[in-house]
Amino acid sequence: MKSLAELQAIKDKMKDKVILREGVNDIRIVVGMATCGIAAGARPVLNTLVEEVNKEGLSDKVTVSQTGCIGLCQLEPIVEVFEAGKDKVTYVKMTSEKAKRVVEEHLKGGKVVNEYTVAGHKE
Amino acid sequence: MKELSLNILDIAENSVKAGATLTEITVEEADSRLVLTIKDDGCGMTEEILKSVTDPFYTTRTTRKVGMGIPLLKLAAEQTGGSLQIDSRCEKDYPENHGTALRAEFNKNHIDMTPLGDVISSVSTLIQGHPDTDFLFKHTFGDKTVLLDTRELKAVLGDVPLNSYEVIKWIEEYLKEQYSL
Repeated sequence: MKSLAELQAIKDKMKDKVILREGVNDIRIVVGMATCGIAAGARPVLNTLVEEVNKEGLSDKVTVSQTGCIGLCQLEPIVEVFEAGKDKVTYVKMTSEKAKRVVEEHLKGGKVVNEYTVAGHKE
Repeated sequence: MKELSLNILDIAENSVKAGATLTEITVEEADSRLVLTIKDDGCGMTEEILKSVTDPFYTTRTTRKVGMGIPLLKLAAEQTGGSLQIDSRCEKDYPENHGTALRAEFNKNHIDMTPLGDVISSVSTLIQGHPDTDFLFKHTFGDKTVLLDTRELKAVLGDVPLNSYEVIKWIEEYLKEQYSL
């Protein structure tokens, strides 16, 4: 049975972590969650990113967040990667499977998955 | 939209954008009726904007954030013989008591009824994206009630953000458990 007492335990466990974490997230990954994105399947893409970033132990380095319409509705779901000192990378027509590869190769390995980007994708 | 839960996610995003501190989402199922309400204490809309939000082709910069979301939900409700209604109080005219309340009614037995889908995922996605605002989610069906109030969670968590991975997972499990009881 889930109880609020469990949340207290999560809080106690995270106390030290929170202090440690401040200011270290240098990659921001943003999912377009307007009507166009949601209708195209952004929800599972976002959930996969949250899940994989945690699974790969990247949560100190990567923040997953949401935004509105990016303006390329026909290419949704769109995922943008912002990294300090680097050009923004825009991934289009994303799926959960593609999101896993982006976490593995780009966020973890540092190599952009060109075939999924706005410039590299094929109709 | 393939699931009503996606419409819920979409419309609740409007509440957050309207600066709501609390967004209340309720789904009430009784007999053949499903009633969805989304109520917020955000900035509200003027009467003029309110009249045009259900028109998908009404686009000006001020209402750009509304776009297709409400017309799609209206269509989903009306194609089952149901209806959609929105009341709003603009902050300018009601400085103390402003916000928007949407109510959509569906006939669940209609052949064109959109399935409710994965509401748990929509609720956790909302909280993940907007940990600083509050959400109340209530789903009643039969004699069951599934309930989540982020204000209660925050009272326990203090400064631990609601979108911490562990907390989001807890929220999903907490809701899943209530559905399975």
